Amino acid sequence: MTTASIPAAGGRRRQPTRLRRAVRRNVTAYGFLCGALICFGFFSWYPMVREVILSFQKTNFVDPPKWVGLENFRTIVDDPAFGPAWVNTALFTVLALLCGYGIPFVTAIVLNELRHARAYLRFVVYLPVMLPPAVSVLLFQWFYNPDYGLFNQVLDLFHLPGLQWLNSTSTALISLVIVSTWMNMGSGTLIYLAALQTIPSELYEAAELDGAGLFKRIRHVTIPQTKLILLVMLLLQIVATMQVFIEPYLLTGGGPENATVSVVYLMYQYAFNFGNLNAGNALGLMLMIVLMVFSAIYLRVSRDNTV
Amino acid sequence: MSNTTVMPDRSAGTPATSTRHERRGQRRPRKPINTQFRTAVSPHQLNTTRGRIVYWIVLVIVVVSFTAAFVFPLYWMVTGAMKSTEELNAIPPTFLPSHFSLDGYLEAWDLLGLGTLLGNTALYAGGAWLLTLAVDVSAAYALSKLRPALGKVVLALMLSTLMIPPMVIMLPAYLTVKDVPIFGWNLLNTPWAIWLPAAANGFNVFLLKRFFDSIPRELLEAAEIDGASPGRILWSVVIPISRPILGVVSILTVVNVWRDFVWPLLVLPDSDKMSVSIGIASLSSQMPQNVLVASLVIASIPTIVVFFLFQRHIMAGLTAGSLKG
Repeated sequence: MTTASIPAAGGRRRQPTRLRRAVRRNVTAYGFLCGALICFGFFSWYPMVREVILSFQKTNFVDPPKWVGLENFRTIVDDPAFGPAWVNTALFTVLALLCGYGIPFVTAIVLNELRHARAYLRFVVYLPVMLPPAVSVLLFQWFYNPDYGLFNQVLDLFHLPGLQWLNSTSTALISLVIVSTWMNMGSGTLIYLAALQTIPSELYEAAELDGAGLFKRIRHVTIPQTKLILLVMLLLQIVATMQVFIEPYLLTGGGPENATVSVVYLMYQYAFNFGNLNAGNALGLMLMIVLMVFSAIYLRVSRDNTV
Repeated sequence: MSNTTVMPDRSAGTPATSTRHERRGQRRPRKPINTQFRTAVSPHQLNTTRGRIVYWIVLVIVVVSFTAAFVFPLYWMVTGAMKSTEELNAIPPTFLPSHFSLDGYLEAWDLLGLGTLLGNTALYAGGAWLLTLAVDVSAAYALSKLRPALGKVVLALMLSTLMIPPMVIMLPAYLTVKDVPIFGWNLLNTPWAIWLPAAANGFNVFLLKRFFDSIPRELLEAAEIDGASPGRILWSVVIPISRPILGVVSILTVVNVWRDFVWPLLVLPDSDKMSVSIGIASLSSQMPQNVLVASLVIASIPTIVVFFLFQRHIMAGLTAGSLKG
């Protein structure tokens, strides 16, 4: 395309030169691409295909793999933890959205109004995001300890009875949500804050002239102006929280009584504790399909609106 | 009242202002709240007496609650590591450790072998950084500027990996690392198990390609006319003007590898090959509480330092990722 401006030295000579140039350009380009093609091929594309294949096979890595139809799916659906895993994951996602979606947005709105200590507050809210997740989770494991944990000590300070936190079926899941919100809300807050700062001030002035009070201004100016980012973050967060693993893995091991077992955690257990990799794969495929729906919506939304 | 000229005057007259403030402070505000940026709250309301009172109350509440929610747990962690087991169990808890000592930290360093773990993690993060830059920059350059046949298909396939979260393909990816097809290598417990999958990052390719697309074609053509090869153009023209985006990609890569948990848990089961997160997690149940907490502090120091140094880049990467991703 770019070579079209070469002075035409005669029809016969021009054709092979262009062809050779095109070939050379392609060879160079694929030379630059080959590293990425290898990495993507082996560690992204092939596993994606293999995920599907393995779900319908029985493999023990000694004999050749056997096609077994839907048997893996049947195994996984019959597992007593299958129902709880999906329910917990859904519940965790909903609770994490209530906390991890609403709180950052409200926080961002408040922060946007403040004229002092902004840098400090921004820094502080993002601090937990920078800790390795394992550190945050293990830190909260200590805080949750019923005997000497920080939370029960604080409750005790106010003469309130301590809670069992992770050890009780009624509080275990919400305890995981608290950790998850604490360590993740910083990024949401800062993203909303950046979005709020792009709202033109004329809109607020106009709304004020029209007699809109503070809450009306938030309702009719702030929220519509940040609608796109709110939607994108909603989808991203659904995809992220549905993959919850590290919190149940480190804090509860899925217990008590399957109260915190999540889909990815069950998948991990099938593969590495129960020695049934194919059933784990089948579960992974189910989750993949669910998440792909959300991812597809996310990509569509973000592409349609940012060109 | 202008702030710039008042500076020396104010420091000289500090005692005087406080008495003046007591006498007539409430009636006439000395310094209006800055309303340069118009937000939801009306600037006129904000600078009324009532508005100012509400503003300061809200500010104090926010600062105190943020400090309590995000700084206090870290304070509790840092001081908890200095307390003995008996002191940790004490009711009511002590706000300050009874004596200042770093023994908990030293014990954690030895017991958990934190030197090795941190060294491993640095090796994984550093290698992943170099490999990711090399692989993704050249791929994005090829797709953006050399435009080979089927380039669009390749790009679409790379971006399609963004739709599939890495968690759900972790089992087949694990099998691939365990026995790489064609080559038959077993990469478990080697740094390559971290490095190679880290480079297969569709988001990096997307960020880089979008930046390269914005580089004017004339610039590259000028270099081409001067006889520079594509590799030379990449190295001497494209990379020097792409510093900002390279910074963002670098930070994202290093921080992601440092924070990652599940993938190193699967592919680095050997206890002397573990990354710091996995190492601490695997030993957490056998450690006394203060030693464990000390190890948590040590493990978080590198990321906090990175955050202090590259705060601006990290925030830029955050918004680049979500506003336009």
